Amino acid sequence: MIRTPPPLPGAFASATDTWQAELDVRLAAGEPIVATLEPDLDAHLAFAAERLVLTDRRLLARSAGDAGWADWPLRPGLSLQHHDHAGVGTLELHDTASRLASWRFTLVHNGAALRLADRFAAELTAHLSGQPVPAPDETVCPACKTPLPPDQTECPLCSRELHEAPSTWTLFRLWRFAGPYRGQLLAGFLLTLAATGATLVPPYLTMPLMDKVLIPYQNGQSINTGVVALLLAGLFASALLAWGLGWARTYILARVSERIGADLRTATYEHLLQLSLEYFGGKRTGDLMARIGSETDRICVFLSLHLLDFATDVLMIAMTAAILFSINPALALVTLLPLPFIAWMIHLVRDRLRTGFEKIDRVWSEVTNVLADTIPGIRVVKAFAQEKREAQRFREANRHNLAVNDRLNKTWSLFSPTVTLLTEIGLLVVWAFGIWQIAHDQITVGVLTAFLAYISRFYGRLDSMSRIVSVTQKAAAGTKRIFDILDHVSSVPEPTRPTHLDRVQGRIEIRDASFRYGNRGVIRGLNLDIQPGEMIGLVGHSGSGKSTLVNLICRFYDLSEGTIRLDGTDIRSLPVAEYRRHIGLVLQEPFLFFGTIAENIAYGKPDACRAEIVAAARAAHAHEFILRLPHGYDSLVGERGQGLSGGERQRISIARALLIDPRILILDEATSSVDTETEKEIQKALDNLVRGRTTIAIAHRLSTLRQADRLVVMDRGRIVEIGNHDDLMAREGHYYRLYQAQARNVDTDLDELPTASAEAKPPMPK
Amino acid sequence: MTTAPFQLTRDPHGRLLLTAPDGSVHAGVQPVRAFPLAAPAEGIALMGTDGHELVWIDRLNDLPEATRNLLEAELASREFMPEIRRLRQVSTFATPSTWTVETDRGETRFILKGEEDIRRLGATALLISDSHGVQYLIRDLSKLDKTSRRLLDRFM
Repeated sequence: MIRTPPPLPGAFASATDTWQAELDVRLAAGEPIVATLEPDLDAHLAFAAERLVLTDRRLLARSAGDAGWADWPLRPGLSLQHHDHAGVGTLELHDTASRLASWRFTLVHNGAALRLADRFAAELTAHLSGQPVPAPDETVCPACKTPLPPDQTECPLCSRELHEAPSTWTLFRLWRFAGPYRGQLLAGFLLTLAATGATLVPPYLTMPLMDKVLIPYQNGQSINTGVVALLLAGLFASALLAWGLGWARTYILARVSERIGADLRTATYEHLLQLSLEYFGGKRTGDLMARIGSETDRICVFLSLHLLDFATDVLMIAMTAAILFSINPALALVTLLPLPFIAWMIHLVRDRLRTGFEKIDRVWSEVTNVLADTIPGIRVVKAFAQEKREAQRFREANRHNLAVNDRLNKTWSLFSPTVTLLTEIGLLVVWAFGIWQIAHDQITVGVLTAFLAYISRFYGRLDSMSRIVSVTQKAAAGTKRIFDILDHVSSVPEPTRPTHLDRVQGRIEIRDASFRYGNRGVIRGLNLDIQPGEMIGLVGHSGSGKSTLVNLICRFYDLSEGTIRLDGTDIRSLPVAEYRRHIGLVLQEPFLFFGTIAENIAYGKPDACRAEIVAAARAAHAHEFILRLPHGYDSLVGERGQGLSGGERQRISIARALLIDPRILILDEATSSVDTETEKEIQKALDNLVRGRTTIAIAHRLSTLRQADRLVVMDRGRIVEIGNHDDLMAREGHYYRLYQAQARNVDTDLDELPTASAEAKPPMPK
Repeated sequence: MTTAPFQLTRDPHGRLLLTAPDGSVHAGVQPVRAFPLAAPAEGIALMGTDGHELVWIDRLNDLPEATRNLLEAELASREFMPEIRRLRQVSTFATPSTWTVETDRGETRFILKGEEDIRRLGATALLISDSHGVQYLIRDLSKLDKTSRRLLDRFM
């Protein structure tokens, strides 16, 4: 959950202050304010600050203009109606004759508005009957109706933290993953230090080579072979040393970075699996796959290659600077002069490049998304002969990719040559100052040669360091995208202080449940009690909220308002995995994972023994057809269960649900995708499954629900009728119409249904 | 077409009262645009309280003026899609980010949960959903001022 942002400063704040004063004047002595709402939209839906106040005897409102306060004393016939549509909530005050007033607000204030409306009804009843407002029977959170712990006033579920946006220094957050490899990293660092030191020896040796050997020779002295041999041996030894050390540090650090990359990948995937269905609904598969696959790889390459190079470069610059100063401070100063300038340049370009690379990443996932959309839907593409259009879409995404890259390359291409130019200028300065110093006998030719040897490396490194800017930005952008996943708090959070249920009976109570998907209200103010062992059939048009209700009971999503309780405990206070262990789910499209049939049946209970698997398969009427397969229970089934019919797959998924022996069973259109004959087979399997469990079944074919104790008819997010088949038929309401519509279409169901309710069994209390 | 085969009035409760071509009367009908973004003035359905379509209107402009005004007023009171005129400030370039914007309905502030909540509509328009499901529209990206475009660019 994200907290509401603080109100805008300035005009609004001062207005509310004066309004409070106005209100205090208007209220009679001993007139308590029982509820307030701050509608943030005016009649034309423009943002405005308004105020609505409910006391024990009237409703007061202040609109944004100069109109001042208006009030409506409580009297018979008044009603305050709440509804919301497309992100705007409305409260309307009606009497029996007409609408008196209305207020509008964004859904930020929806909870407050619902409370005000509830309280209005209660106050009105109290005012008319003279009875005081009944105190709520338990302390519940005003927003989500969760019972509050006795010593707390703030609801633990509603006060979920706003997670901070990841900082710009995202890369440092990788330390969390580098931590376990501290020792190896330290060893790698020391080796880097030593290896860099070793590479700095050869230029140093050019000094005596020049001053003691070559120049004396030019001046007519003979070459001292002993010194030459010594110096050359030194050059060779330092090269050998640098090679060995370089190998060791690269090996160690590459190993470490590979492991960090792997840990990052696993951690991200594990976190991803914990996220709610809501998250997966909003993301595209291609994007998520790219993040976990290529981004982690990019980070890994960055750590093992680029960061390592950069560290070496920094060390080399520091060491070179130290050596240069020790030889000749004046010349060293001149040599190092361009450095701050180049550093400033790098800093300047950094920002532009980073945003550019983030952009490229996003465009890149756009390209992969086209692939991820098209390839699974290839049958549709071909059937409608839209290959050209899809190719065009891909070309379009690619073109966008090109355009973004081109724009970035403009900056990028200017960058490297500029660094090279600066390098050349730097060398020029050193030459000029060096020659001047030699002319004044301040340094020898050997010193200048050594300087030039050092700084040509030195500036060479600066050039490659400028490359680090881009790779660092790329890696930082990748890291940010990874941490976007890692920082995403599941909207179905684990409770901070979990409760555990030892034995689950299976009583489900749904109280004032509302659920919004985006700005669309899917479930509105729903109340339902389900007894242990009872079978409930959910009936209604598609889009009436049946599947959403089932998803809410499974806690794939959390309610926007209200509670769902299992045996009197809020399901949000139970550990998610522990809660779901009590639920068996059979879906319309059974999903079989790649593996054997036995593995698929034992998916929810991997340690199940073979006897259990066979027993579950028998009960699910799957045993016999499994035996007919060439490898029996060891037959491999593909990711979508190729080679098995819809009914066979369904019975495997029923066996899967049976094996975990859940107290609560959810059948979401379990028999919809199969023919009537197969349905009868599945129905037999289901009968075994349902026995003694709290069952919630959704079915289009009303005949499937012949065993249900109660049928719950839903329409547009609300329960409109509850009862058994006969009651509902007699009522001639929603169910009657649904049934009639179906009876006209499906003749086979006609002879089954009339007897259905006769078989209905009473709820099985436990 | 000058007269519509149906009658529309407003009752004292503020609800629309429809007298359908077949003479039946429906209270509380709601107008719904079929293409609110692509073609707001075309294809408007009048829905009954049970969610069924009662009347289909091809073009708003074909209606008599009184009916059209009534419909437009009702639509205006139901449609809430503030149009962003200017981005004043964004709290951070990483999401979630708090945006302060100027819209055609006044200044406001909202939280953008993720970059994927910014959706492209056609070539120039953008639709931005905030953390509470309110949708903000940017009708023409190229008409925003430079600062707004630069801020927005960081998210796209």
